[in-house]
Amino acid sequence: MLLLPYLWLTAFFLAPFLIVLKISLSQPALAQPPYVPVLDLAAGWAGLQSFFAALSADNYALLGSDWLYLLAYLKSLQVAAISTVILLAVGYPIAFGIARLPRWLQPVLVMLVILPFWTSFLIRVYAWINILQRDGLLNQLLLRLHIVDTPVAWLSSDTAIYIGVVYSYLPFMVLPLYATLEKMDETLLEAAADLGCPRWKTFWLVTLPLSLPGVAAGALLCFIPITGEFVIPDLLGGAETFMIGQTLWMEFFANKDWPVASAIAVALLCLLLVPMLFYERLQQRSFEGGR
Amino acid sequence: MGRKTSLFNVVPVALGLAFLYLPIAILVIYSFNGSRLVTVWGGWSLAWYHALFSDRAMIDAAWASLRIAALSASAATMLGTCAAVALTRLGRFRGRLLFSGMVYAPLVMPEVITGLSLLLLFVALSVNRGFWTVAVAHTTLTMCFVTVIVQSRLIAFDRSLEEAAMDLGCPPLKTFLTITLPLITPAIVAGWMLAFSLSLDDLVIASFTTGPGATTLPIRIYSEVRLGVKPEVNAVCTIMIAVVALATSASSLIAKRGAVRRERAALSAQV
Repeated sequence: MLLLPYLWLTAFFLAPFLIVLKISLSQPALAQPPYVPVLDLAAGWAGLQSFFAALSADNYALLGSDWLYLLAYLKSLQVAAISTVILLAVGYPIAFGIARLPRWLQPVLVMLVILPFWTSFLIRVYAWINILQRDGLLNQLLLRLHIVDTPVAWLSSDTAIYIGVVYSYLPFMVLPLYATLEKMDETLLEAAADLGCPRWKTFWLVTLPLSLPGVAAGALLCFIPITGEFVIPDLLGGAETFMIGQTLWMEFFANKDWPVASAIAVALLCLLLVPMLFYERLQQRSFEGGR
Repeated sequence: MGRKTSLFNVVPVALGLAFLYLPIAILVIYSFNGSRLVTVWGGWSLAWYHALFSDRAMIDAAWASLRIAALSASAATMLGTCAAVALTRLGRFRGRLLFSGMVYAPLVMPEVITGLSLLLLFVALSVNRGFWTVAVAHTTLTMCFVTVIVQSRLIAFDRSLEEAAMDLGCPPLKTFLTITLPLITPAIVAGWMLAFSLSLDDLVIASFTTGPGATTLPIRIYSEVRLGVKPEVNAVCTIMIAVVALATSASSLIAKRGAVRRERAALSAQV
């Protein structure tokens, strides 16, 4: 039972990371595979020694000194942070509303929130190009209503990235929030009301603190993947600033610089390590608590 | 939570659902647009569906995607179910921390990292990239989702059923097959479907791990979309949405019918 998934994950999840780490310390070369040194086990101990001697941290020095990469990291963090805040602001009222509607209706609404998640991510991002492009529906509507006189360039902008991210990740935010809000003990709210606490104050003092685990789960579930997002900024964003996922993609597919791409991946992973550990703790606790 | 339904609760939910569904609805409607210009409405037409069915490359890509999705979803369901059972039933074992870490990490791992690392593994092993490498990559990605779904079901159901069977002398393997497995089947089915749709949907990991002759549907769509909006792409997307909608409603119907049948059986047993 345990052995099969354990071996699978070790081979296809853990081992690849060690290879990425190794290649991030290599140098690009015009060869197949396009990097040196290549570990030659046939050469025995001498081969191993020359292999380790040839490793260097040059790629990381490049990442630290070139503004291109630093800006991409900062941009990714900025987009992820702002999007997460917007998602919380949009998702909380939705989850709160669902949890307070009649109980028979709740599974239907939850299903409706999940359903878009089952349709392709790519399709959902693409759907927004239809709407946001220069002669798209949004501009047609705004022109018809005389809100603007000339078409607004929605596409290829940060606004478009935020719209796409919030749209794509909304189910990830609403579901964990709903899960904690739905479990909440009603008698606490009744007690607060009986003791004369106004509604908004009950929300602030009781509901919100009790829903914090859901807030944390939703925020992490959105923040971490958004930081490494590629599809949304690539299709909706502009060309002036890249997010780190795009930079990695460019280095790999366009520049064919595998070592630098690997170094970007390792650095991104280090950046996300703390939020990821938090998320794991949260997952484990939620499962252990349910037992 | 309180039963009182107020405008304060209904409005955000309604607006939220509108926000989620409006773009998809627009995309579906415009796939029936008769005009070549995507933004001008030229009356209802099936022209783009016609164009689509003569697009050999698109059909090949769809077929490759479906095969990869079916294969990787099946493998992922098997592996993921095993992992879920191990995590909930084995208690503390050696390397549990590492194991659970490896199970949950892919859920939030940025796809560019997973894709790159798997590709470098395949290169290091000098495997020919194509159908099989994408299938292996998708299995790794989706098995974790299966694990989480099956695990929550394993935690939720009444363990005394298993304990009763074992107390009555049922061997562990038989207990698992006759008691546990039927109880978690809905979760396994849901896990398979999620794995299938995730695999069908994935662009980034497939782009990294694919090779000649294994262009998947998202890769194909992406290369079309990069050149701008095309009515044919709207048509492909509409078909994919229809398939997903049909599959989910069918599975929820089946689940409901199963529940009704079980209830009836329980009732007749009482009589």
